[in-house]
Amino acid sequence: MIYDVAIIGAGVIGSLTARELSRYKLKTALLEASNDVAMGATKANSGIVHAGFDAVPGTLKAKFNVKGTAMMAKYCEMLSVPYKNNGSIVVAFSEEEKHTLRVLYERGLANGVEKLRLIDREELVGLEPNIADEAVGALVAPTAGIVCPYELTIAAAENAVSNGVEFKRNCRVTGIAFSDGVFTLETTLGEIKSRYVINAAGTHSGEVSKMIGDDSVEIVPRAGEYFILDKAVGNLVSHTIFQCPTELGKGVLVTGTVDGNLLIGPTASDIEDADDTATTLEGLNEVKRLASKSCKNVSTRNAITSFSGLRAHAKSNDFIIGPSSANDHFINAAGIESPGLSSAPAIAVYLAYLICNDFEKIDLNPDFDGVRHDVFRFRHASDEERAAAIAENPAYGRIICRCETVTEGEIIDAIRAPAGARDVDGVKRRTRAGMGRCQGGFCGSKVVEILARELGKEVNEITKFGNGSFILFDKSK
Amino acid sequence: MINYDLVVVGGGPAGMAAALKAKEEGVEKIIILERAETLGGILEQCIHTGFGLHYFGEELSGPEYAEKFIVQVEASDIDVKCDTMVLDISDDNVVTAVNKTDGLVKIQAKAIVLAMGCRERPRGALEMAGTRASGIMTAGTAQKYVNLDGYMPGKKVVILGSGDIGLIMARRMTLEGAEVKVVCEIMPYSGGLTRNIVQCLDDFGIPLRLSTTVIKTHGRERLEGVTIAKVDDRLQPIPGTEEYIECDTLMLSVGLIPENELTKNVGIPLDRVTNGAVVDEMRQTGHKGIFACGNVLHVHDLVDYVTLEAQLAGKGAADYILGRTPGEAIYVAPQTGNGVRYIVPQKINIKNPNDVKLYFRVGKIYKNARVVVECDGNVLSSKKKVKLAPGEMENVVISADVLASMNDNSTLSVRVEE
Repeated sequence: MIYDVAIIGAGVIGSLTARELSRYKLKTALLEASNDVAMGATKANSGIVHAGFDAVPGTLKAKFNVKGTAMMAKYCEMLSVPYKNNGSIVVAFSEEEKHTLRVLYERGLANGVEKLRLIDREELVGLEPNIADEAVGALVAPTAGIVCPYELTIAAAENAVSNGVEFKRNCRVTGIAFSDGVFTLETTLGEIKSRYVINAAGTHSGEVSKMIGDDSVEIVPRAGEYFILDKAVGNLVSHTIFQCPTELGKGVLVTGTVDGNLLIGPTASDIEDADDTATTLEGLNEVKRLASKSCKNVSTRNAITSFSGLRAHAKSNDFIIGPSSANDHFINAAGIESPGLSSAPAIAVYLAYLICNDFEKIDLNPDFDGVRHDVFRFRHASDEERAAAIAENPAYGRIICRCETVTEGEIIDAIRAPAGARDVDGVKRRTRAGMGRCQGGFCGSKVVEILARELGKEVNEITKFGNGSFILFDKSK
Repeated sequence: MINYDLVVVGGGPAGMAAALKAKEEGVEKIIILERAETLGGILEQCIHTGFGLHYFGEELSGPEYAEKFIVQVEASDIDVKCDTMVLDISDDNVVTAVNKTDGLVKIQAKAIVLAMGCRERPRGALEMAGTRASGIMTAGTAQKYVNLDGYMPGKKVVILGSGDIGLIMARRMTLEGAEVKVVCEIMPYSGGLTRNIVQCLDDFGIPLRLSTTVIKTHGRERLEGVTIAKVDDRLQPIPGTEEYIECDTLMLSVGLIPENELTKNVGIPLDRVTNGAVVDEMRQTGHKGIFACGNVLHVHDLVDYVTLEAQLAGKGAADYILGRTPGEAIYVAPQTGNGVRYIVPQKINIKNPNDVKLYFRVGKIYKNARVVVECDGNVLSSKKKVKLAPGEMENVVISADVLASMNDNSTLSVRVEE
């Protein structure tokens, strides 16, 4: 069996591209090294849909950001993913920084960002009462928004699989050969053949492109550390609050999340290891310090958890998107750091276009349905909807996660879904079970039980996130 | 809409004792709503002994202690719904609950007793650096895995926090064949009961390292080790004192938080120190007809005191339902003096005709100190204590005579004198 397209990496780019390709009669495989989709850079970032004033005009970042952001609301609606158009604010703390705001404003205009405004301190305080006393002015971007990056990715992968894409987890690509117009991918699941390959391997995309002799993709993993704070302080700010950008990125932000928490971070430090998501005391302290620079009353006393995410930063400082110089059937989608999430819907469409354009004739998939149906969320449902759902499936009447009000029915749905959850963290990202204040203290063991039952495994075979992340050992005495 | 005189939220030791007391006091229609599959609450996983010494005068295991109440509840006409989660309590005391068989249910209650217990503080609240490997869990979760599910959550264990659950789990894991390498406590003293330090650590040769915390976790998939370090007076890690300890499991016993989400949603005022509701001597909250008791009100170290407190709440709810309250209340709020972190109840109705016990905790360890109770400038009592510790709840009695002598301008305070 030869696939038409093999996508390496089921992050936001790989998964959204898979969904785009499922519009056509193509045999597409989505290959993921981990036990789940969205396990790399996608899992842990700020979740911001950027307005598009940061990128230098003419770059791929500028081009895809504004297009992707414009697509996002509709995209999320089709996939039943929460999206909020909360707007963003860049704060200046000095006259010099006010000048930076002016530069960003001009850039925004050049990139086609709409509704940008420069405001003074008085108006800023009116918009954000908790802004720091030192703030002197701001740039407001009403088109910016927030989305949950892994939820978007899970939804897109699920929809892609519903439309015929094959998802292969624990499938790490270790080598690539090419002959007679066909790539042979050596993977941990055996050989996979495909006519086209899309390299969406995130922090590993440099290694993957080297497998076909393309040395041009140079990726530096750049770590960013965050705190998630309790929903009790989720309303500290209404916009996403940025500081003026530095060479390493957009700096530490303070923002609400679509789930109602408060997110502060990230730091930015280049590291060696493309999988190192350990947090550091220094990093976490820096997040606290810098977040407090933007806003009053930011206290990590309300911290639910801290985490570190990795950005796939390209040395070239721009996205690397397009056919490789070594083989034009091998398409790179690499160096996708901020504004990568915002750009993702547009990048996916472009990558699908590159593939389709290469075929002489390509048929549409007549069964394609881009809408993700039937996502029941107990905590968002009305009493009537809840009663109706329980009448149909009593498992919706059993609360497993108290903090986030997640039912057994939703957890079973998450496991049975296309490209569904196979581990505790997978259930958590799909349903929010274990994501609340107690961090799975009560529901963790119940989720393990449900996973074991649904997957026909023993509880001590269930992992936190695949591989060796087992939770339980042998039976006790 | 279903009607009940009394809805008890939570079927652990507090909820059961409150319901039984209310029944005894003459309340007719009572229902207990419990989110777990069975009554008993957290006692069901506490298979060690040490329960009941004060209340029953005998040493029982957790399930045995619970069973004594479960039997009484079952023998009574108190309704019980398990596997049932309360989602909301309205301002006019309508309880919304959900379960698999009844679906979404609304119950109009005359009075409500909140007995939801507490949860453990998770890792996130600790600002511990490092990886997010599996094998990091709260001690209570580990206890459930071992005692209820029958699986070992670890082989080589480090425990952070010397609260009672951590101490109990150090012994439990050792008995199950695991190697407990060390128990670290960030404070210069243990937050657990002295008897647990002796029986769970000393007897098994498990080291307790005070003023020490875990600063980093290691291992990509399963935990492989932790870095521990000494801390200074401000609880900050001291550079140069770091030490790596190989382990596959880190258990956290770093504090308990009363589960007051429902309480907050009704708008009931909370005490910033206890994280529980502000209550009067009958455990009535700031919302008329809503009472609270047990670990949802303040974290107890002994279930025996939970039972006693719950009986007060049950009696209070019964008096409220049956209209036996002595007219308009006159409240006096006992003040926390030197060394006293909190007092429950936070206010006393001086019209109460009975003695009132004030439960309190101290902020640090005292040796040969005095507990002084003062009313309107007069010392009511000054009792010598060999040892006072934050981990052990203390109490003093305010007699009915003293209450009768007080007026609405009276002051009452408890303090420690060294």
